[in-house]
Amino acid sequence: MKKKVLTVDDSRTIRNMLLVTLNNAGFETIQAEDGVEGLEVLEEANPDVIVTDINMPRLDGFGFIEGVRRNEKYRAIPILVLTTESDAEKKNRARQAGATGWIVKPFDPTKLIDAIERVTA
Amino acid sequence: MDMNEIKEIFFQECEEQLAELESGLLKLNDGDRDPETVNAVFRAVHSIKGGAGAFGLDDLVAFAHVFETTLDCVRSNKLDPSPDVLKVMLKSADVLADLTNAARDGGSVDESRSRALVKELEALANGQAPSPSALAEAPAPAAPAPAPKAAAPAPTDESGFQPIPFTFDDEPTEELAVDKPLFEVIFKPRSDLYAKGNDAALLLRDLSRIGDMTVFCNTDSVPTLDKLDPEAAYFQWVISIGTDKGEEGIRTVFEFAEWDCDLQVKPLEEAVVNEDQPMVPVPFDLSVLDDEPAPAAAPQPAQSAAAETVAAAQTASQVMEAVNTAISAKAERAEKKESPAAAAAAAAAANAGGAAAGVAQTIRVDLDRVDRLINLVGELVINQAMLSQSVIENDNNGGASSINMGLEELQQLTREIQDSVMAIRAQPVKPVFQRMSRIVREIADMTGKSIRLITEGENTEVDKTVIDKLAEPLTHMIRNAVDHGVETPEKRAAIGKNPEGTVRLTAKHRSGRILIELADDGAGINRERVRQKAIDKELISPDANLSDEEIDNLIFLPGFSTAEKLSDISGRGVGMDVVKRSIQALGGRINISSKPGHGSVFTMSLPLTLAVLDGMVVTVAGQTLVVPQTAIVETLQPEAQNIHSFGANQRLISIRNSFCPLVDVGRILNFRATQANPVDGVALLVESEGGGQRALMVDAIQGQRQVVIKSLEANYTHVPGIAAATILGDGRVALILDVDAVVAASRGQSLKPEMAYASAG
Repeated sequence: MKKKVLTVDDSRTIRNMLLVTLNNAGFETIQAEDGVEGLEVLEEANPDVIVTDINMPRLDGFGFIEGVRRNEKYRAIPILVLTTESDAEKKNRARQAGATGWIVKPFDPTKLIDAIERVTA
Repeated sequence: MDMNEIKEIFFQECEEQLAELESGLLKLNDGDRDPETVNAVFRAVHSIKGGAGAFGLDDLVAFAHVFETTLDCVRSNKLDPSPDVLKVMLKSADVLADLTNAARDGGSVDESRSRALVKELEALANGQAPSPSALAEAPAPAAPAPAPKAAAPAPTDESGFQPIPFTFDDEPTEELAVDKPLFEVIFKPRSDLYAKGNDAALLLRDLSRIGDMTVFCNTDSVPTLDKLDPEAAYFQWVISIGTDKGEEGIRTVFEFAEWDCDLQVKPLEEAVVNEDQPMVPVPFDLSVLDDEPAPAAAPQPAQSAAAETVAAAQTASQVMEAVNTAISAKAERAEKKESPAAAAAAAAAANAGGAAAGVAQTIRVDLDRVDRLINLVGELVINQAMLSQSVIENDNNGGASSINMGLEELQQLTREIQDSVMAIRAQPVKPVFQRMSRIVREIADMTGKSIRLITEGENTEVDKTVIDKLAEPLTHMIRNAVDHGVETPEKRAAIGKNPEGTVRLTAKHRSGRILIELADDGAGINRERVRQKAIDKELISPDANLSDEEIDNLIFLPGFSTAEKLSDISGRGVGMDVVKRSIQALGGRINISSKPGHGSVFTMSLPLTLAVLDGMVVTVAGQTLVVPQTAIVETLQPEAQNIHSFGANQRLISIRNSFCPLVDVGRILNFRATQANPVDGVALLVESEGGGQRALMVDAIQGQRQVVIKSLEANYTHVPGIAAATILGDGRVALILDVDAVVAASRGQSLKPEMAYASAG
């Protein structure tokens, strides 16, 4: 069965790149545009792994991760954060919020898939 | 979708983000201190940087990075967004736009400008006040700036949360080769590791990929069943691994987990496990992990325990059973707990949904599709009109039949569909107005003037084609207003005006048209100079008696330019006559009113769409023509005593004590050889270029109607005196008159002889 990835990112560019990369790698991809939408679709999407951006309108990545972790069903789901090199502080906050790992932007397809495979069985 | 398409999307998105950025900065400039505004501005730059990185657009990334860093200082209240700071930021936004365009179209950017701005931005981020000499003060290198300390802690902070590129090699490692250095890894997960979605089993699997290893599980700290917390981590793993990836390679595997476990990695002199370890070594078979469904199928909430169970199975079956019991107990509890949690989540989602409902939902549609739809609706309108007409012609029931009623409804529906479809193409003028603010900034900079642009009604909607064609004339007018209209700060101060000039750009709807006003509070038109100039250029005769308004309108005459020297800004060989012509080409009109010492106001009135037009259907020499309603001031029935001959074959008509040249449309278009008798026809008083009025002679008026414009150029060829064509209800083609061309032609007698008979239908 295909693994399901929920991606949360407000940038159309990044969303499309994630979609293409993940689909090519044989994942099923569900996309949300910000943290609020991410939480909205979570139950229905029922993903195996989540990839989320940090800077987003309405609800940012930290809030989104906390929201996912509060959900009994998804509190142990792997969540990867898309970050940039310089965001050491943000990565810390993301970890405190409950992120599993991170992907350094700009990601290349191999890195992304590697990271996802690292945290999924 | 391939990368090129995604890149296309990226650039589209950049445009939106740049608009967002600029409007956000302008809001800040107006004193808006809403943190969300700052966030939006930051996100815009951040987004551009993120996408640019993915496409390897290094220049863009480098600049966006510096910009982002400075914005981050504003966001974290380390830097106050004072007007001076915002000035730098607005300029940076312009450069960012330039860099984006350069990345898309392959052009180049003013490098010295972007380099200077990088320095200014860095200076701001470092807590220096913005100053013109910031250039000299900041010796930092131009390209990718080291992040200032204020903005982001150095990557080597105590968390050690520093990204290391993954270097997974999937090549199978041969048997525990002696030549590969051996390491001992002691790994003890803490409960948090599982809480964050990491999993000891997966980490061990990853570790096995970088070398051959033996794993032992230390179960010493597993408590008795009554004290066992199913979610806690009790195992310690001791691994000896032979790998050529070194200690760093091993630590990389635990990269995501290093916060939430105790990890020791030390090189082993010999391939022996340290005998001093007080534990019962249990060999751990990793192949268990390769059974795909096992970990995935394990109930998520109890995953930590489940993962350890795998190991426990190898050791003490009691423990395993205990764990299993615990898991199911926990799972049950989890299930029970889930309902209130789920309810809360649903409530939150509903709240969020409610908030989202307030936000306008949009979809992106390819413009071609909309155009196709508009074309089809155009056809539908024509078809409906034809149907109505033929029903009326064949109607024997005196118009009371159900067919007639149905037809009426159809007509109404058609009109509604048409309006709705037109609304799809309607867009706010905002993007054009936003571009203007940049132009104002640049020209103000060049001329050393201080200008404030105020825009109003930027959400006024108008057809996209109109918007696209509006930018150029508007740009030119703005340049003129700033360059010629507003005085220098010194001069303004000297005459008691606010040294900062104001340019106001307004859009509003008025009677089915869009009205765009550009007002400045500058010196106004110097009528003496304009008049003198017009005389010098022989545009008017020295003794011409002109009203103030007429003098003001002289600036629209071809070949008129009042600037004493051609400046770099507005003197680009284009005068206001070009502006006027492009506005007219859009079916619009432009007017100026000026008050010496108080500034000028340009008013443009444009149709809301270029796809349909309200026209007057007239007959000329047996042909049906459509005259755009916007050009017509009034219609009148000429009387013989009001017609006066003038010159060889010119005639004038007197209307309320003024004379107006009479133009026989049929003659001008060469529909007939001799002039028709004005008394037999109808005169349409039209306003033409330069504000002058002409009376166009037509034979009869058939009625008024909205017509769908069909381009003649696209389907046939350009015909002088004709703007476009349309299809009428009876299926006949009618030509739409180009009023200005006809008026212009009337000055030089007739249009070119080769279009001897522009037959319609």
